[in-house]
Amino acid sequence: MTEHKHEPVPFRTFILIWFALLVLTVVTVAVSRVHLGAWNIWVALTIASIKSSLVVFIFMHLRQESKLFKIGLLTLLIIVAIFIGLTFTDVLYR
Amino acid sequence: MTNEPLKYTGFYSESPRPGILGWLLSTDHKRIGIMYLVCIVTMFLVAMCLGLALRLELIAPGPTIMGPQTYNATFTVHGIIMIFLFIIPSIPAAFGNLVLPIQIGARDVSFPKLNLLSWYCYIIGGILAVISIFAGGGAPDTGWTFYVPFSTQTTTNVNLAVTGALMLGFSSMLTGINFVTTIHRLRAEGMGWGRLPMFVWTLYSTAWIQILATPMLGITLILIVLERVFGAGLFDAARGGDPILYQHLFWIYSHPAVYIMILPGMGVISEIIPTFSRKPLFGYWAMAFSSLAIAFAGSLVWAHHMYASGMSDFAILVFSFLTFIVAIPSAIKVFNWVSTLYKGSIQLAPPMLHALAFIFNFAIGGLGGLALGAAASDIHLHDTTFVVGHFHYTMFGGTGFAFFAALHYWLPKFTGRMYNHKIAVISWGLVFVGFNVTYMAMQAVGVQGMPRRYYDYLPEFMPLNVVSTVGSWVLAIGLVMMFVNLWNGIRRGHPVGKNPWGSATLEWTIPSPPPMENFGEEDPIVTKGPYDYKGVVADEY
Amino acid sequence: MIIKGLLPMSIEHRDDTGARFGMWLFLYTEVILFSGLFILYSVGLAKFPQQFAEASHKLNIYFGTINTLVLLTSSLTIALAITAIQKNKIKLTLNLCFVTIFLAIVFLINKYFEWSAEIGHGIYPGSEHLAEMGPGITAFFNLYYFTAGLHGFHILIGGTLIAVVATLIAKGKVTSDRYTLLENSALYWHLVDLVWIFLFPLYYLIL
Repeated sequence: MTEHKHEPVPFRTFILIWFALLVLTVVTVAVSRVHLGAWNIWVALTIASIKSSLVVFIFMHLRQESKLFKIGLLTLLIIVAIFIGLTFTDVLYR
Repeated sequence: MTNEPLKYTGFYSESPRPGILGWLLSTDHKRIGIMYLVCIVTMFLVAMCLGLALRLELIAPGPTIMGPQTYNATFTVHGIIMIFLFIIPSIPAAFGNLVLPIQIGARDVSFPKLNLLSWYCYIIGGILAVISIFAGGGAPDTGWTFYVPFSTQTTTNVNLAVTGALMLGFSSMLTGINFVTTIHRLRAEGMGWGRLPMFVWTLYSTAWIQILATPMLGITLILIVLERVFGAGLFDAARGGDPILYQHLFWIYSHPAVYIMILPGMGVISEIIPTFSRKPLFGYWAMAFSSLAIAFAGSLVWAHHMYASGMSDFAILVFSFLTFIVAIPSAIKVFNWVSTLYKGSIQLAPPMLHALAFIFNFAIGGLGGLALGAAASDIHLHDTTFVVGHFHYTMFGGTGFAFFAALHYWLPKFTGRMYNHKIAVISWGLVFVGFNVTYMAMQAVGVQGMPRRYYDYLPEFMPLNVVSTVGSWVLAIGLVMMFVNLWNGIRRGHPVGKNPWGSATLEWTIPSPPPMENFGEEDPIVTKGPYDYKGVVADEY
Repeated sequence: MIIKGLLPMSIEHRDDTGARFGMWLFLYTEVILFSGLFILYSVGLAKFPQQFAEASHKLNIYFGTINTLVLLTSSLTIALAITAIQKNKIKLTLNLCFVTIFLAIVFLINKYFEWSAEIGHGIYPGSEHLAEMGPGITAFFNLYYFTAGLHGFHILIGGTLIAVVATLIAKGKVTSDRYTLLENSALYWHLVDLVWIFLFPLYYLIL
């Protein structure tokens, strides 16, 4: 099995990402204090998704991993979406 | 009668530790596989006795050998043991461990220590499940589904049984992680995806379900325990909960779980049919992708267990439609097995007989599944013994027979001894006939309207119930005969060579039983497909 | 692996990518575990939007925000630890691990005070005060306690894992050449962070 090692990610990159995460946290708290009706939850989820992709791709080194890891993650997300989505075919129409 | 005792050959003799510790602390996949096999067969025999008791109770209306509470506890424990301790781990954990690494030309699985850990999880789960029968408030009486609100209110030993099931789920999940990683990372040189034996493909699909569905069982069971401890009302409508959501969470795991049960069985059949037809498997890629398709489609259809639960009509429509999709890949498999048989040089050895019985039973079970998948007919059949019959046709007639097929096919490889063929064929006949009588009668009486999970019934259901109970005795005699024959084979059978069946997959190129290292110092280089029988000769035994 | 003499080959076999892949698969199972609770949450939110918002206001947003910042920072420190060990700066790696563990403890202490205050107000699963507030609010707090509780349990496991790895680094068993254990513990820690990234807005910030 050929073993390829990851190049170390520079400290600077991590710190920048961390800073971005902090900013996004402030944004999400600030936005949540504004009444947007049903949109609040979607804005919150969008920001959370952005934050988590930063964590997944940079902090967790997914960017450096092979395709297999990315396909696996995609499969997971599809399955979670199916579980939630199909449950709602019941809940929303009861 | 012959030769030196078994324990002095192959991986039985080469252990870094002596005696029992050499097994309990072994990280070798073959030893772990054998340990699984022993436990699983034991559990099967225990739950089989419970099943016989259930059938005996139903031979006549009214209490025959047990009262209602005992009956409830018996079918619950029969279900928990059969599902969580027998069928789910049967083929993947036992034969998956034994065969998978060898079939892909590896020395072991990717994480051998994790493999041992998952065996310990299995044992702890099994022990907890068994203790729950005897300790505290009595054996759980909820049915293996643990439906709320009853499961959060009954005073019986649900907590312990649920914790046991949780451990078993953990074990199954760890095995799944191990197998996916192993298949991706440890294939031998030349073992491309197009050369994987079909058994490996089905284990691969199964392992993905184990990873992506089992945790849902975990959280569901955790919630039952929390609910019983805190009484928070998570599934109590008066306190903002939703009892139907419990059923959703439960079946999000438990429906994919039936594919954890059946897919590896299909893999076993796909190995045996070509071997004993002396023909390559028909439609290799169709078979491979239908395994993945079943795994995926299996995660879309869980709520077809819930048509009568009070779920929305729209959901019933959606899930009924999706359910029929699963029939497509399943049918692809059946047709491809039949096409493999066509014009083959068929040899009716014991494994082959079990495999053919699998196709027959599974087809009946599958068609019954369509009757249950259609919402209209399901409302009529729901909670009748037709459902029980259908379930046993797919799980026992399917996976059970595949497990027996696997025993007859691979045990000579892993013990180095051959069982008596004549007795094997007779016992197969008894099991096959007994099985069909038992469960066909059960399905028939279900169509007439006999409800399931009752210890008592109306007198007009009696004739078919008697037939079913008598069938269960034939079945039991056949099973006992089969296991005794296999045991005698292990103890005193003729030694076999590398390849008694003339199979072309890698495990038949190494000695029986295999040495600790599987392939010795050199890793194998694979140069041909798993069903390329050219030049493969069966050893005499 | 214990068997040095007999199985030389199985000792030599080493597959770091495989180990990481296995860890990712394990993380998938964790995501599904939490997704069960998120299904319950989303159904609750669809059913009781007003009550969920009302209940959310009872949570202390300062505790929530501070804990978010604590976890994000701990995620940073453990990520930095990997770069440090890759560059063979063992001392720095160890310090970064300690900071991460320290932040984990800070998180749990915060959680302790937060929960004590809420329980002091009579809000906990199964309490009568909660039942009086109606089904929507009860559902919210039940889920809040169980989700945050499960998350806290994961913090505990993650912190312990990192502590174990730190010991192994100090002993020289995890090195700049062989640091998969640290990577996998870090992956686990990031997962704990990921769950919180969703948990925080869903429970503390609905309006």
